Amino acid sequence: MDPLSTLWETFFDWDAMREALPEMLTVGLPNTLILAVSAALLGSVLGLLLAVAGISRSRWLRWTARVYTDVFRGLPAAATILLIGVGLAPLGMQVWGPDPYPLGILALSLIAAAYIGEIFRSGIQSVEAAQLEGARALGFSWADAMRLVIIPQGIRRVLPAWVNQLIALIKDSSLVYFLGLVASQRELFRIGQDYAATTGNESALLLAGLCYLALTVPLTHVVNWIDRRLRNGRPATGSTEDDDDTASYAATEGDRR
Amino acid sequence: MTAATTTSVSLDVRDVHLAFGPNRVLRGVDLSVPRGATACVIGPSGSGKSTLLRTINRLIEPDRGDVLLDGRSVLGDDPDALRQRVGMVFQQFNLFPHMSVLRNVTLALRRLGKLGADEADAVARAQLELVGLAGKANSRPSQLSGGQQQRVAIARALALRPEVMLFDEATSALDPELVKGVLGVMADLSAAGMTMVVVTHEMGFARQVADTVAFMDRGVVLEAGPPEAVFERAGHPRLRRFLDQVL
Repeated sequence: MDPLSTLWETFFDWDAMREALPEMLTVGLPNTLILAVSAALLGSVLGLLLAVAGISRSRWLRWTARVYTDVFRGLPAAATILLIGVGLAPLGMQVWGPDPYPLGILALSLIAAAYIGEIFRSGIQSVEAAQLEGARALGFSWADAMRLVIIPQGIRRVLPAWVNQLIALIKDSSLVYFLGLVASQRELFRIGQDYAATTGNESALLLAGLCYLALTVPLTHVVNWIDRRLRNGRPATGSTEDDDDTASYAATEGDRR
Repeated sequence: MTAATTTSVSLDVRDVHLAFGPNRVLRGVDLSVPRGATACVIGPSGSGKSTLLRTINRLIEPDRGDVLLDGRSVLGDDPDALRQRVGMVFQQFNLFPHMSVLRNVTLALRRLGKLGADEADAVARAQLELVGLAGKANSRPSQLSGGQQQRVAIARALALRPEVMLFDEATSALDPELVKGVLGVMADLSAAGMTMVVVTHEMGFARQVADTVAFMDRGVVLEAGPPEAVFERAGHPRLRRFLDQVL
C-alpha cells in the first residue's frame, strides 16, 4: 500500500466521518462553545481588570497584576488546568457537585485573562495622553474618563490580538478533557479522539479539526470586519454643504501676521 | 454667537507658582480678567503659557498661589466640578475619535449635566449650529478638517455652559487657510461676553479681540495691558525683542 493511500484511508474515511458527525455537532460543538464562550467572557472581564490594575496609580495593584500575569502566562495551559481542576475539586464538589466544567471554565478563564490583560493594557496605554486630558478638562473623573474614553479606544485598537487569544482559547478548550468528562460533556476533540480510538481510524479527528476551523476562521473575519467598521465609522450622513473654515471672521481678516 | 454668555464670571490668578522638580515653570503669575473680558497670553515657547491655563482649571495643581472665580478661591473646590465651569480648548482638539461629532458634544451633557438623550441632543445640535457644523453631527472627527474639528471642540466645551473659556493655542495645529474660521468663532464668543483666556501666537487676533494682552517669559508675566499699549508702546526690552521677531 503506498503512503498516499494510507494517508487517505487514515484521515479521509468519509464513512467514519459520517458516523462521528452527528455526535460531533450535537454534543461536541455545543460543549466546545460552552467552554470557549464562558471562558472568553470571564477571561475578558478578568483581563480588563488586570489591565486597569496594571496601569493603576497604586503600586500594589500594579505589582499584583504583574505577578498574576507572569504566573499564568508562564505555566503550561495543561498544568494550570490540572492544578485548578484537581486542586479545587474538593471545593467544587461542595459548591456544585462533581461536574468538572466550572473548574475547567475557571482554569481556561484564568489563563486567558493573563494574556488578554496584557493585550488590553497595551491597547489602553497606546491611547494618547491628550485624550485623557481632553476628558478630564470636560469635568470627568479619572475613572469615568478611563471608562468612557480611554478603555473603549484602547480595546478597539487591539481587537485582532484579542481575537487571536479567543482562537487560542477555543483550541485550549480541548484540554479540559484532562479533568475527566462523562459522555455528554465531551467537546469536539474528545469525541474525535474517542472515535479514533474505537475505530482505529483518525478521520474523526480530522473532522474535529474541521469543526475548529469552522469556528475560528469566520470569527477572525467577523472581528476584522468589526475592526474596520470601528476604525472608519459609518459613512458620513451629514450634508457636505456646511460652511467651510473661512467663515465669519471679518474682524481679523487681513490682519494676521 | 450668543451661547453661554450670561453666566460668565471674572477670573483672577494670583501669584501662582509651579515647579516640575528643579524646573520652575511658573514663578508668581498674576492675571486678572474681568467678567466678559478676553485676555490673550503671548510669549515665546516654553514660557509657561499652556501650563498657566492648566493651573487655572487644575489639570495641574499649582504649588502656591490662588485662582479665583468671581472673587472666590476655587483651589478648595472639587476639581471635576471646577472644570465644568471652566471650559478648555486644546491645540490638538482632543476630540474622541471613536465617537460621532454629536456624541462628542453630548457625552458630558448626559453623563455630567444629567440631561436626557433628547435634551442633550438638542443642546448639542444648537451648539454645533452656532459653530456652523450642524450638518456634521453624524460624522466622525476624522472626517472633518482640522478647523472643523476645532470648532467641534469649542462647541463641546460651550455645551456645558462654562463661565470661563480657556484656549490653548487653538489654531497652532491648523493649516493657515483653516485658521480664520476658528478665530471667527472665538471672536464671536468674546464679543458675546464670555470671559476668556487665550494663549495664542495670532498677534492680529490679540490686537483686535483682546481686552488685555499679557506677555509671559520664563514663568512670569513681564508686561500686561491693553493691546495698543503692549503692541505699540512695549516697555520691557524682552517684549520688544519678542514683538520684533513675530510681527
